[in-house]
Amino acid sequence: MASIKRRLLQARDQFGCRSISMLQDMVLHDEDMLAALMSYLTVQVSELFRDPAYFRAIREKVVPHLKTYPSLKVWIAGCSTGEELYAFAILFREEGLEERTLFYATDINQESLRKAEAGVYDLDRMRLFTENHRLSGGKTSLSDYYTAAYGAATFDKSLRKHVVFSDHSLVTDAVFAETQFVSCRNVLIYFNRDLQNRAVALFAESLSRKGFLGLGAKETLRFTDHHDKFDEFAREERLYQKREAA
Amino acid sequence: MSSSPRKAVVIGASAGGVEALSSLLPHLPPDYCPVLVVIHLPPTKSSVLADLFHDKCRMRVVEAEDKAPIEAGTIYFAPPDYHLMVETDFTVALSNEAPVWFSRPSIDVLFETAADAYGAGLTGLILTGANEDGAAGLRRVMAQGGRGLIQSPETAYARLMPETALSLCPKALVRPLDRLAAELITEAA
Repeated sequence: MASIKRRLLQARDQFGCRSISMLQDMVLHDEDMLAALMSYLTVQVSELFRDPAYFRAIREKVVPHLKTYPSLKVWIAGCSTGEELYAFAILFREEGLEERTLFYATDINQESLRKAEAGVYDLDRMRLFTENHRLSGGKTSLSDYYTAAYGAATFDKSLRKHVVFSDHSLVTDAVFAETQFVSCRNVLIYFNRDLQNRAVALFAESLSRKGFLGLGAKETLRFTDHHDKFDEFAREERLYQKREAA
Repeated sequence: MSSSPRKAVVIGASAGGVEALSSLLPHLPPDYCPVLVVIHLPPTKSSVLADLFHDKCRMRVVEAEDKAPIEAGTIYFAPPDYHLMVETDFTVALSNEAPVWFSRPSIDVLFETAADAYGAGLTGLILTGANEDGAAGLRRVMAQGGRGLIQSPETAYARLMPETALSLCPKALVRPLDRLAAELITEAA
């Protein structure tokens, strides 16, 4: 709530409104305003291989489990502008899992989804992404996966061959598939406890037995109602595994 | 507003802040009200502050975790690269929103949200720093009936932050570094 309030006040000032009710009036009567407001209310900051230790733990500890499955479904929940998705696609290719995997990349922000699908990022971010990738235990060169031109890096469309992009809300929509891995990082911090409970219940329902859930570096299941449905799989890296009987 | 509002202290510091906090936090008694701290550090992404102060302090020292209830006797440090916020149900919220004053965590963000939650029960303290973050936050703390406290610029490693806070909050109490702990204990505990 504190976060939403801050951003609503920012949006009010940005759109030249004197009050929140004036902002509300604009949004109700102008469809484009809703999309513009959505950009303020949803936070879009990410990196490829953000928190490299997370991806290193996936490589070293989770991938050996995933290799025992003939086919895999991976859900990037709240994929924003796609950085997390491309990190997963690259990691799965490096680990020989890509061909058997279907990725679901979902978000409520249509504009973000369009950017995710385009896979174009500022070239000056590539240095950070490359360093993150290296620290995550990357086995190839990140530059193998994008072409650079006019200050932009465009990721190879082959990385999207196994990806379904979809508009999905963790707050109002239902589970759409059984998955073996859900990665939802720095999304739940914007939810209150009730909404966190709803989202984590969705993940628990979607995940197959012994499936994996990855959260952001400072997020925890401890304060949700569903913490007893998961075991801490890699504590520091915030990787959880769904319990047998959950 | 109830007659005895819930109490808390928020502290913001930047350049020279670790040293200033080292001469302040260890004096607070173990049953003191909750203390939430934002200190600007390079976003190295390693969380060293809680470890650094853990052995020095009589209060419990933790790095804030999202949705954790805010408890007395505890010092909460903002994790690197996240904003630290207080919800009106007195829990912690973290955020990846854009930096404020080039800073994430931002002092303004902590102070403004804590002011909304604690109102007159809040004390805000601005320490040394070479940045203008915190001044607007302290103004909100005082506007909500809370107390404003500023390290005197002449005892600060960097003067800009306390001076900016003072210019925006002329009614805040100004104290030298070695008097701040006593001021916090007599008033806010």
